[in-house]
Amino acid sequence: MAKIKSPGDLEALRKSIMAKRDPAKPCITICNGTGCQAYGSKGVVAAFQDEVKKRKLGVKVDVKAIGCPGFCERGTLVVIKPEDIFYQRVLPRDVPEILSETIGKGNVINRLLFTDRATNQKVTKENDVPFYKKQMRLIIGNNGLIDPTSIDDYLAIGGYTALAKALKMTPEKIIAEVKKSGLRGRGGAGYPTGSKWESTRRAKGKVKYVICNADEGDPGAFMDRSLVEGNPHSVLEGMIIGAYAIGSHEGYIYIRNEYPLAVRNMGIAIAQAQAAGLLGRNIMGAGFSFKITMKRGGGAFVCGESTALMASLEGRVGEPRAKYIHTSEQGLWGKPSNLNNVETWANVPLIINKGADWYSKIGTKNSKGTKIFALVGNIINTGLVEVPMGTTLREIVFDIGGGIPKGRKFKAVQTGGPSGGMIPEKLLDLPVDFDELTKAGSMMGSGGMIVMDDKTCMVDMARYYTTFLEGESCGKCLPCREGLRQMRYILDGITGGRGKKGDIKLLEELSATLVDASLCQLGSTASNPVMSSIRHFRDEYETHIKDKKCPAGVCKL
Amino acid sequence: MAVRQQKEKVGHVLSKYKKDKSALIDVLHDTQSEIGYLPREALDQVSDGLGVPLSRVYSVATFFKAFSLEPRGRHLINVCMGTACHVRGADRVLEKMEKVLKIKKGQNTPDLKFTLETVNCVGACALGPMVIIGEDYHGEMTPEKVSEVLKNYK
Repeated sequence: MAKIKSPGDLEALRKSIMAKRDPAKPCITICNGTGCQAYGSKGVVAAFQDEVKKRKLGVKVDVKAIGCPGFCERGTLVVIKPEDIFYQRVLPRDVPEILSETIGKGNVINRLLFTDRATNQKVTKENDVPFYKKQMRLIIGNNGLIDPTSIDDYLAIGGYTALAKALKMTPEKIIAEVKKSGLRGRGGAGYPTGSKWESTRRAKGKVKYVICNADEGDPGAFMDRSLVEGNPHSVLEGMIIGAYAIGSHEGYIYIRNEYPLAVRNMGIAIAQAQAAGLLGRNIMGAGFSFKITMKRGGGAFVCGESTALMASLEGRVGEPRAKYIHTSEQGLWGKPSNLNNVETWANVPLIINKGADWYSKIGTKNSKGTKIFALVGNIINTGLVEVPMGTTLREIVFDIGGGIPKGRKFKAVQTGGPSGGMIPEKLLDLPVDFDELTKAGSMMGSGGMIVMDDKTCMVDMARYYTTFLEGESCGKCLPCREGLRQMRYILDGITGGRGKKGDIKLLEELSATLVDASLCQLGSTASNPVMSSIRHFRDEYETHIKDKKCPAGVCKL
Repeated sequence: MAVRQQKEKVGHVLSKYKKDKSALIDVLHDTQSEIGYLPREALDQVSDGLGVPLSRVYSVATFFKAFSLEPRGRHLINVCMGTACHVRGADRVLEKMEKVLKIKKGQNTPDLKFTLETVNCVGACALGPMVIIGEDYHGEMTPEKVSEVLKNYK
């Protein structure tokens, strides 16, 4: 690939890519993300490629394996453009028929269409599927348009134009724009992104680092994986813009090794960006140089904590340190460092391209933009959901998620993963934003949203999360290491029929110590699942302890 | 694996990362995928090769969940214990696995055919409970399906 040496080169390249493409030519896109691969999407992709070759249809139709568009429940997903005909639960054996009927004759195959449960009607177009209809897919929507291993595809949808624009701005102007947009960190804590960049820019020192946290450790969440797998260049573009604004020339992506496809696609994207001159020396002739190194994690939840992640990047065990010195002043190798999550970085090109005024119109007063959630558990439509901040839990669970399967009743939804809390039915009309979820005793977290039906035992869930966190505690500070162990003993007791009077009080006391005395956020938020379940489902604890009964029938008492 | 062959493999991994001490975790990942686990001799070689004390290599190799200091079976079974799988009954699937294979999680079968492990989430939540054997995904697992699925592995 020829190097892009100026914004003019970029525009010329984009035009030459577009000139080679015929927007009217049918394109079959097949989801080949990890979720659909579990359904066997690789076989569907291969079947399309073989069959198109066999029938010599290459001039008539394109076949494109894309990243995850979100509707995991109905995989393998196939969308035929330009009409956007949406086929679901596609198997390799359906492929010949799709080619002869839909591509050949323009007929829609009824059997493969999605049926709307509410109306019992078949839905033909992707955007009319109720699951997608109520979403605002600003970030994840692009996954459906591109082959993540093709930089040309990303350039064709306007990729790297935000970078070209940003490089003409001053760093201060970019930071002002990001601040004005109201973007807050999508990793969970919700710290204002622009302010973080500003602190790192102002910090003393020549060498500064930008870091992308792609070590999604929250069990039941896979938003970041889908972005890295499905649109890795958008993350890179955000990082390059951020680095320019901060004054950094070296970046790191810390990626979860359990995501082999994400590791692969990001590796390809970095190599492509280097070859195109979008990473490296004198990017687009603006005199700015930046390189990115990808490093794999070792599978430790605590590495979601920034200082632990940085220790791991340095090749040490992932133990956090106290943060009385901010990482914006002393982070990786003691140098000023700016760490943001995958989804935060992916929002940056959008803000630069469309402007802070446009962006800040979306969302609530203090939480702007959209948020992607992994809607999982006892829910009809499992998948990734991108909604404007402020959408209510009820809309997400019932309108988009389709409600609870098998005719069961909704009981609770857990947001924020092991650091979050359980939210009961009476709070379903809560608008989802950083502050409202915190007020309800939970937190936004990175975007896991686990729906539980009435056959779920809340004490068992509290025990589950506590067991998980006990295992993931790094062991450096005592309150977390021992506190969690003691809490788990008590919860094992309650769920095992050995609950005693006073157990709830003891859990509350231990929790208070964890909150006050833990070294990092893993410990200080670890008791959220226990405390929120006591707060909203105290009667279940009491039934376990007094009557030795599990109302949901889960615990073996 | 012959000692010499193993040494060559680790040497090859080390040559990719030069003497970058911060690449320790990547080196251990690559070493494990070459040999199947991290034998003592490999840790020594990594320590010498990167110039990192063996104590640090050992602490990293035992801190992170991804690494094993013991040999693994031919087929690695990972039962997903993520929250979405948990609410759909992953515990019962694991119990049944342990019963059928007559081992506990973290152990190998005596013939080294299977290793039973758990994983915190693979992100294929729509298909939970999920079990991954080698590179095969087995979705919507139930205790009843366990024996049937295991039969396919020789």
